[in-house]
Formats: sequence, C-alpha cells, structure tokens
Amino acid sequence: MKKLTMALSSVAFAALTATGALADTELTVYTAVEAEDLARYAETFNKVHPDIKINWVRDSTGVVTAKLLAERDNPQADVIWGLAATSLLLLKSEGMLEPYAPAGVENLDKKFVDRDNPPAWVGMDAWVAAVCYNTVEGEKLGLKAPTSWQDLTDPQYEGHVIMPNPASSGTGFLDVSSWLQIFGEEGGWEYMDALHNNIARYTHSGSAPCKLAASGEIPIGVSFAFRGAKSKAAGAPIEIIVPTEGVGWDMEATAIVAGTANLEAAQKLVDFTVTRDANVMYNTGYAVVAYPGVAKPVDHFPEGLLDAMIDNDFEFAANNRDRILSEWSSRYDGKSDPQ
Amino acid sequence: MSDVSINDIPAGPRVKGKLSRDDLIMRGSMIVIALYLLITMVFPLYAMLSKSFSTYQFNLAAFEVQVSDEEGTNFSDPVTFAELNEAGDILKARDLIAGSDGRLGVTQFFPDFSFRSPVKYRIRNLDEEGRFLVGSKLYDSTDWLELDSNTFRRVQLRPTKDIGLGNFTTYFSTPALSNSIKNSVMIATISTIITVTLAFWFAYALSRSCMRFKGLFRLIAMAPILVPSLLPGIALVYLFGNQGMLKELLFGGTIYGPIGIVIGSVFFTFPHAFLIISTALAISDARLYEAAVSLKATSWRTFWTVTIPGARYGLVSAAFVVFNLVITDFGLPKVIGGQFNVLAVDIYKQVIGQQNFEMGAVVSVVLVLPAILAFAIDRFVQSKQVALLSARSVPYQPTPNKRMDWIMFGYASLVGVFLIGMLAICQFAALVKFWPYDLSFSLNNFQFDKMDGGGWDAYFNSIKLGLLTAVIGTSIIFFGAYLVEKSNGFRVGRTIFQMFAMLPMAIPGMVLGLAYIFFFNNPDNPLNAIYGTMTILVVCTVTHFYTVSHLTATTALQQMDREFESVSASLKQPTLKLFSRVTVPVCLPAILDISIYLFVNAMTTVSAVVFLYSHDTALASIAVLNMDDAGDIAPAAAMGMMIFYTNAGARIIHLIASRGIVGRTQAWRSR
Repeated sequence: MKKLTMALSSVAFAALTATGALADTELTVYTAVEAEDLARYAETFNKVHPDIKINWVRDSTGVVTAKLLAERDNPQADVIWGLAATSLLLLKSEGMLEPYAPAGVENLDKKFVDRDNPPAWVGMDAWVAAVCYNTVEGEKLGLKAPTSWQDLTDPQYEGHVIMPNPASSGTGFLDVSSWLQIFGEEGGWEYMDALHNNIARYTHSGSAPCKLAASGEIPIGVSFAFRGAKSKAAGAPIEIIVPTEGVGWDMEATAIVAGTANLEAAQKLVDFTVTRDANVMYNTGYAVVAYPGVAKPVDHFPEGLLDAMIDNDFEFAANNRDRILSEWSSRYDGKSDPQ
Repeated sequence: MSDVSINDIPAGPRVKGKLSRDDLIMRGSMIVIALYLLITMVFPLYAMLSKSFSTYQFNLAAFEVQVSDEEGTNFSDPVTFAELNEAGDILKARDLIAGSDGRLGVTQFFPDFSFRSPVKYRIRNLDEEGRFLVGSKLYDSTDWLELDSNTFRRVQLRPTKDIGLGNFTTYFSTPALSNSIKNSVMIATISTIITVTLAFWFAYALSRSCMRFKGLFRLIAMAPILVPSLLPGIALVYLFGNQGMLKELLFGGTIYGPIGIVIGSVFFTFPHAFLIISTALAISDARLYEAAVSLKATSWRTFWTVTIPGARYGLVSAAFVVFNLVITDFGLPKVIGGQFNVLAVDIYKQVIGQQNFEMGAVVSVVLVLPAILAFAIDRFVQSKQVALLSARSVPYQPTPNKRMDWIMFGYASLVGVFLIGMLAICQFAALVKFWPYDLSFSLNNFQFDKMDGGGWDAYFNSIKLGLLTAVIGTSIIFFGAYLVEKSNGFRVGRTIFQMFAMLPMAIPGMVLGLAYIFFFNNPDNPLNAIYGTMTILVVCTVTHFYTVSHLTATTALQQMDREFESVSASLKQPTLKLFSRVTVPVCLPAILDISIYLFVNAMTTVSAVVFLYSHDTALASIAVLNMDDAGDIAPAAAMGMMIFYTNAGARIIHLIASRGIVGRTQAWRSR
C-alpha cells in the first residue's frame, strides 16, 4: 500500500515537473480567429517552442478591440495574434503596440507589413469581400445574378439585399471604405444612397448576410468570400460573386502589446507567425496569406478574387473611420426606420 | 392626599435602549450587506454617470506649428492651430467636439497647402497630454517634429479628455441616435397595452369562469419565463421571415422591425402581467357582486363598477412592469428589430460595434430615466393599494355559465396556442437539418462545439452560474431582508438599506453591465481581479435580480410575528440561533422560491452579462445571441430550447423539493 502511494506520488511529481519544464512562460494572447482554428495554431507553435504556453482570449473583432481599448492603461494581453489590421491601427495610434521587426519579415508581401520601421504589426492573411447569391431564391423571384457593385443598385433587387452595418461589423466597414476608395468620396456616397434603396436590412455581424443568403432568407448577402465558401461547402445553393469593380479586404495581423512582461517570449511567438509554416497553417482557412507563393487554392473559393482585391489604404480607413461612420449613420441609420 | 401633579416631577434622563451584542452583530451584518450593494450597484452607476460626462475635444491651442519658406530652411515663428483657426475662420466650436476615436486633419488650416510643394513643416505638442498622429504613429512629446509637406498631410490631431455636456449635445443633435427614444417608448407602450389586455382576460378566464383545464393553462402562461427573451424572436423568423411558414399573413410587411418586437414582447412579458393581474383578481369580495345582483346591475355594468376597480392597482402595476421590461429588453430587438433602432440595442452598438464607451454611457443614462420613472410610478401606485380583503369579506366563487365558460375556454386556448406555438416552432427549428431546403430531422444543430458562441461549455457555465447565483444570492438576500425586518431601532440605516434593495429593479441590465465595465475594469480598482471571471457574473446577476427576491423574502418575514425575537431575547438566545433554528425553517417555501427565481433568471439573462462574459465564461444565453448574430439561427434555437428544458427541469425539482421539505418542516402548520 505504502509502495503504491509512493509510486503514485512520484508519478504525480514527475508529471508536475514535466509540465513545469514544458511551459515556463505563459502568454496571454488575444485573438479573433475562429475558435475551431485556435487549437491547431497553438499546437503548430508548440512544436517549435514547447516552452511557451498560449492562453487564448477569443472573441469577435469588435469585442476584442473594445476589450483592448478598455485595458489601455492596464494591458492584460501579451500578444495579439489574429485581429483585423484596422483594429491594430487603432491600437497603434493609441501607442499600445510594441514595434518589433520579426526575424524573416522581409520574406512577406509588403502589403502585409506596417509601413513604419520597425513595424508595429505584421499581417497574416486577408479576408476579402464578396457577394453571396442564392440561386434558388433568385430564380423564384426572377432575378438576374449581379456581377458588379453597380448592379446591386438596380431596382429589380429592391428589398433583396442584406449587408452588415459598418458601425458594428468590420466586414461592413471594409465594404464602405472600399466603395469610398473605388468610387471616390462623392461617388461612394452616391453609390451607397442608391444601394440603400435596395437594402432589406443591415445586420450586426459580417458573416450573417452570407448565412442568411445560404438559408434563403434573402437572395443577396454582401459578406466575405471565406464565409461564402464555407456555406457552399455545407451544401447551400449559393454562388460567390466577385464584383468587377474590385473588392475591399482587410487582414488578420499580429502585434506585441506594449508593456508586456514577457517580451522575449512574445517576440518568439511573433517570429513564428511570419514563418512559412505558419502561413501554410493560415492557408487552410484563408485563400490569401502574407507569405508569397504559399497559398494553395481553397475549395469553393471564387476565381479571380486575388486580382480583384483593391489597393487598400488602411491608413485612410483608420484615420477617417470616425467621420465615415457618423456620416453613414446620419444618412442611413436614422432614416431607415419604417415610419 | 398631596396635590403634586405629574408635571411637578422633574424630567428624568431620556431612556435609551442599551445595544446588546446581538444588536451590534445585526447592525454590523446589515452594514456589510449594504456595503455589498453600494459596491455592486451604486459605485458602478456613479462610474457610468461620470463617464457620460467625459467628453473629447480637439484643443487647437495645444499644438504649435512652424512653416518654412520654399527652400525649406527658414521657418516662421511658431503659431498654434487655435490662432490659425481664428485667422482663417475654418472650424466652428461644434466641429471640435469629438469621440474618443476622433481625428482632425491639419491641412485644412493652410489654405494654400500642396503636398507637392517643397515647403516643410514643424509640429509639436505644447503640453504633456497632447497627442497627434503621423499616419498611424503616435507622437506625444513636446519636441519639434520636422516633416515635408507630403508627410505633413498625414498628420492627424487627437482630441483630449474634457468634462462637459458635449456627449449629450451630440446625442440629441444626431437623429440616428435620439430617434431611438421615440421608438423605444412607442414599442413599449404598444406592447404594454396589448399584453395587459390579453393577460387581463386570461386571468379573468381563470379566476371568474368555471372553464376546464385551469391548472394546465396556468402552467402554459408561465412557460415564457423559462426562456431568454430573444427566443420568441427566433420563432418569429421561422414563422414570418422571408422563408417563414406563415409569411403571407403579413401581406408583404416585414417581421424585422416594430411588428416583430411587439409580438415577441407580448410573448415574454405575458407571464409577468398575468401573475400580477391574477393576484389582483383573486382578491375579490363576493358581497360586492351580490350587491350588484340585488341592485339588478347588468353584468357589463358590474364588470366596470366592481371587477375593474377591484383590479385597478394590479392593472396599473402590471402595465408599468411590462413597460419597463420591454423598454429595457435587449435580446429581442437585437434579433428581430432589423433597422428599427431602440435604446437598449444602441448601447450595444455603441460599445461593442464602435468602442464608443462615452456614447454608450449617454444612451444608458437616457434609458435609465423612463425605467426609473415607470418604477417610481409603480411603487407609488402600490403604496396606494388598500386592503380589499377585510375580515368580513366572502371570497368570490364563480358560478358555471355554459356559454361564458366556453367563450373563456376558447379565448384561453387561443392565447395558449400562441404561447406554446412559439416554443414548438423553436423546437422544430432546432431539429430541422437545413431550413428550408432539407427538412429532414437531425441533431446536427445541437453540435454547439462546431459553432462560434461557446459550445457546450457555455451551457455548463450557465448551469454553474445559475447554481452559484441561487445559493449565494439567496443567502445574501434572505439574510439582508431578515436584518432589515427584524432588527431593532437603527431606523435611518434600515431605510437606506431598503432604498438600496429597491434600486436594482429600476436599473436596466444593459446599464448595469456597462457600469460594471467602467467600475471593475478600472486598473485602480482593487476589485479589478474579478473582471472577466465567473465571480463578476454571479455578483452582477445577484444584484440585477435583487429586488424581487428581496420583496419575496420580506413578505415571508412579515408574516412572522416579531414576538419570536422578543421571546428568544428573553430566553437569552442569540438572534442568529433563532434565525437558523426558527426563521429559516419557517420561511423555507419562500427561500426555495427565491432560489428558483434566481436560477431561472441567471439561465435566461442576456442584457446584464453581455458586456461581462469572457472566453472562459461564455454563457448559454449569450451563445443564443451570438449564434443568431452570426446567422446560425437553428443552433441558436437549439441552445434556447436547452435553456428551456433545463429551467423546466429545475422547476420540477423545485416542486418536488418543496413538497418534500415543506412536508417535513411545515408540518406544524396543519394540526
């Protein structure tokens, strides 16, 4: 009996010390990456650095950003891994990011790296706007599939289009900011005025329009391509349309939070996020990644999407966000109430 | 006999009861619980109020700039942007009000600015607080920064913090925001009228007719209390959405908007109104009806002169309770509100969507006002209520009336079908594979781990929250109520305590949640550590549902004679012993009622906890919200039904437990 206790306790002791040796540093990592991908990300990272344990704090982009901003004077996170670049720009302008040039950053596509030197953030992958079109419902209503953003303003689509509200959805905001860049400031607002007449409603989340199109609740949902590919893979009768004028996009990016107590471990993590292996890992969900030549086509992804990505000016989007949103709300949010 | 009168006796010293050890303990405990309420409610609300007055403004005088000549070598004298603005008359005072994320481009201050010109610029902050951006890089030092004109156009000034009414000015001058006040009040008013009318006739049918299945109808009427308020929204999407089963009934109208909010609100407020009104109707004096009959009054006249006046306080109270529930509800308008903005959703959009905490606080203040008003009127009306049931009253017994009973039965069935139908639709939605394209049944939608929202963990977290809230909340609330009811003297302290205990009822959940962010997420707060944990969810939920539980406890305690305390004191028994040996066992039915009330509400609440949950403490009700938000409506319905079954199960356990425990502890009640 005594022997057994001894043996058990020595096993327990060994287990304790083993985990202790495996994880001397713990990093609190804030992320908006889909929950199902997180375990895989941590696992791949731990293959290289078994001594660093990642504690994920995951939520939607808006919530994570709000959380980080609220913790401005008392940051809880060490690293941000997988948050929209527009959000990171916001954090950068609050001086909340620790500039750091990860080893191997020069291998990445310049589009994906912050312009400053050393960069405050480094991109991982891009998500791209697209239109989800339900062919079954479209046929029932006698609609023609749209091919461009301009098409969506055609009166035949009146009440048949859903898009995310830019005030609460990152995808909605990248749509609006891309239209302002494609059509110019004035043309952009004119376009949205016309589009507004066809909009059935604005949703809070960016993936909802595509899911609603997939379930036939609405024939046309302005959403992002990745979401559309997922719904299509699940068997929904939808086409993913890439508007001919070009599409807006945003990227997921990584940064070190200024004031972290674990700077060395944080730098190791960020070094890992720009490696080829990491980019191969991002490619499972995202068709566009920061490391050139890595990306393999993702199932059900529309062709020509990469070429359609506009030359997005993130600085314009971040610095004018406040102004664009208040203009948008005053034009469409207040007036759209059914009287 | 002497003629000394009582007036001649010199006044003795004022007799003041000596505080016993017991009194001290009780007062001490009361202060502890009052402190709890102070920290979990009053302080956070104060933090929120001060946040609403914290504004941001571009302080043009805080930045200095120098401009060079065409060679880029000789610089002009430094000049502030305020001086430039005055000279050029460029921006008005109201253009300088900003949000926390505000940015102001600088080139507009230089009418002949060109990014191609060789002119160079120098810029610096004048005080330590000043901040400006070049592109997105922050500069907060007071050193000069030299930039060429092409870089200078990327300079953006940042606003500084200030205190004032600026946020309120912005709020009321932005129709997109202030229209919500009108919308919210309108929705709440319409829902109140419909719910109270429906609930009144339902309660009337149950108490004044001899129809059958009354017990069943009572059960059905209470069912909506077991589900989150956003579940009827999901049912309505399946019924009247663009792929809805009964879409044609709307004649081309849309369910996403006021119609949907009203129908859903009627569903989830119905049990509350029904409970209050049926209590009011239950107390009726048969003698008044006999008098009416003997005076040959028509039944119509009797209805208006006897029934309605007897129930009027109940009706008014029900109306305000429903109004308050609808105007503060967040889940339902979020799901089914479409473009129809209401106050509670505005708070969420401001905070979560735009990270504009200040504006969120302003909307909260705006939302608290009607809620407090409705609450105050309700309390006022309740205090007017006089005992209708005197010792000589004869309880009213309905007499069978075939036609009347069938009409009432038909009506109650219609309402019952509405209430049960909504739940049945959600159950159907949860089981269908892929509405409307694949109608085969499957349990796919219950695989929560494959969706965003928290998975099955969220469900178990909810149960944990429910149990913790029930145990901890009941202990605190019942003990607090005992102290207020049974301690001696200390009138001021007791009144203040009573006020604190009533306040949570008037505070909408969204407001409480947001106030918690401001208070507990402040790094200077020593309680900061509980932020993001289960503890803060429990604390918030207990506080949110404090009032009703407190009232239940007080009612039960008031039924116990204070003689018990006197007797125990004269037997030199400590009060706490009396509390545990006599008071708690006697009040056990009430204690069980409080626990189940707290459990059910902790399972269904969305509004208070939506700002406070973290990744590890995701909740089932939040998962319903988030899955619906992401467009996964069927799994959202499935999770909603899980909450329903859990709550129904808890109710049944509660019923069995109360039967068993009551049988053992309350045997003395019957002889």
